Amino acid sequence: MDSPSTVAGRMGARSRARAFRQRLQHGDQIAHLITLIFAATIIVITALLFYELYTSAAPTREKFGWRFLTGTTWDPVALDFGALPFIYGTLVTSALALIIGVPLGVGAAIFLAELAPLRLSAGLAFIIELLAAVPSVIYGLLAIFTLVPFLREYVTPLLGEIAGFIPLFQGVSYGVSLLAGGSILAIMILPFIISISREVLLAVPRDQREASLALGATRWETAWNVVVPYAKAGIIGSIFLALARALGETMAVTMVIGNDPRINLSLFAPGYSIAAVIANEFSEATSGIHISALIELGFVLFCITIVVNAAARLLILTTRRKALGA
Amino acid sequence: MITRRTRRKVTNFVMFTLTGVCTLVAVAVLFFILGYLLWQGGHALNWNFFTKLPVPVGETGGGFANAILGTAKLLLLAAVIGIPIGFLGGVYLAEFGGTTTSFIVRYTTDLLNGVPSIVIGIFAYAVVVVPMGHYSTFAGGIALGVMMIPVTVRSTEEFLRAVPNTLREGALALGATKWKSVATVVVPAALPGITTGILLALARVAGETAPLIFTAFGNAFWSPGWNQPTESLPYMIWKYATGPYEDWHQQAWAAGLVLLSLVLATNIAARFILRRQVGTNRG
Repeated sequence: MDSPSTVAGRMGARSRARAFRQRLQHGDQIAHLITLIFAATIIVITALLFYELYTSAAPTREKFGWRFLTGTTWDPVALDFGALPFIYGTLVTSALALIIGVPLGVGAAIFLAELAPLRLSAGLAFIIELLAAVPSVIYGLLAIFTLVPFLREYVTPLLGEIAGFIPLFQGVSYGVSLLAGGSILAIMILPFIISISREVLLAVPRDQREASLALGATRWETAWNVVVPYAKAGIIGSIFLALARALGETMAVTMVIGNDPRINLSLFAPGYSIAAVIANEFSEATSGIHISALIELGFVLFCITIVVNAAARLLILTTRRKALGA
Repeated sequence: MITRRTRRKVTNFVMFTLTGVCTLVAVAVLFFILGYLLWQGGHALNWNFFTKLPVPVGETGGGFANAILGTAKLLLLAAVIGIPIGFLGGVYLAEFGGTTTSFIVRYTTDLLNGVPSIVIGIFAYAVVVVPMGHYSTFAGGIALGVMMIPVTVRSTEEFLRAVPNTLREGALALGATKWKSVATVVVPAALPGITTGILLALARVAGETAPLIFTAFGNAFWSPGWNQPTESLPYMIWKYATGPYEDWHQQAWAAGLVLLSLVLATNIAARFILRRQVGTNRG
């Protein structure tokens, strides 16, 4: 290293070094600014998404107002649009998905967290997580050719015989139905319920289990009366997250629900969901008001999923906090 | 008479067996999907599928080379849009963000992640298709790119946070500025994880159909450039599976097998890369 010979030279070098350091610190600010700009882009995109949906749907809101949500006719030819059949279909299939999926999912999560050895549990959890990666159009493809015939040939006649006195299980089924939509959704939400519930169950402190076992409880009593209640908020959170998925799910439901815009009480009858009608009619819609009505449906779906998602995150966060605090 | 003790033991056994059955059902679904697709798609699949265009119904031969190329082009566009925003957004959250701004960005990202894919499609339709006046590869790529962003942000942030603070402090102690320590020490340390996260995000959007229906639309022919409607694997599966012809169903199975293999292979590879990464960090 060559040292400057004069005092003045040394000073110059020092101030140059300081200037250089400052420039580098400016570099810090530049890096901060660049990453901030990209992070802000995410906010801009989300805001734009909300704005575009809201304004593109304005003609429908002006013409129908709140009646849009309660109207039962969907007639693109007469330009009369009511969203209730789709809201009904979306809610019924999602509810069905939860009724079938939650017991299965929570059961599997309890098995993986409480009984299975850790290595086996991790392996099985990975296989189940792979289920979440399967594209929804593949679920739809399989459902059309396996689930729908199976429901038509075996399940609906059986259900009709056993519980035919309930209006939900009456009538002849062609296979494509609310029941088919709900069943495929149940399978699709399973991995979300299982992997998150397993995580929150594993996060329950060990001493909770040990205390219960030491008091003489069996392993099941420990799991059901101690561990599950401790993780309750997290499990409910995973269910909400699954619900948000089910509400917004498009392709698989579109392929098996039957696409009939009427409110049918029987689960064996075809129905229609919000996402399905958008998928089917959007590219064929010719009139501006038809497109705007479909976008308004999208806006309704957007709002519902935001609320459900927010609730889910809040619940999962609560359990994590509780587990960490204990 | 059954004692209380026996009853409790039996309950214990029965309930855990039931939970085991639940697990078995979930795992069986994956193997059923894989097996059925292999069986149906395996004997439908042949080399023509990768090289030829679709032929009219009734003619034999033909393939879906245009759909494969279309999916590749859509993914390329999605990567160009999704990776810079997702990656730098993630870097911001992990390294630069203040408390309030980070909270807002993180919250918005979660919100965007929860938006149904069909709604993302409407968004791309409103901002790209309407101004351009027609469907295009470009519009489809933007829709998929937007879907990639939240997944990439969260995985990038997570892997950057996993980098030990001692590395940052070491770099700073040696006189590196913050951006230099981030760019030359922290990001390289987290790079395998970040890359895997990006690959998983790509695999996820590769199978999306809903956002493509009214953005990329579909196309029975090649789609030159970026400005025309294009075929893609998921869209083709939807169209062919819901169509009335047996030929089409066969093609849908074959395309489904190709798409699923792609997605699952990426996921499994990611798993192994990450496991090795964790191993080296510990060692």
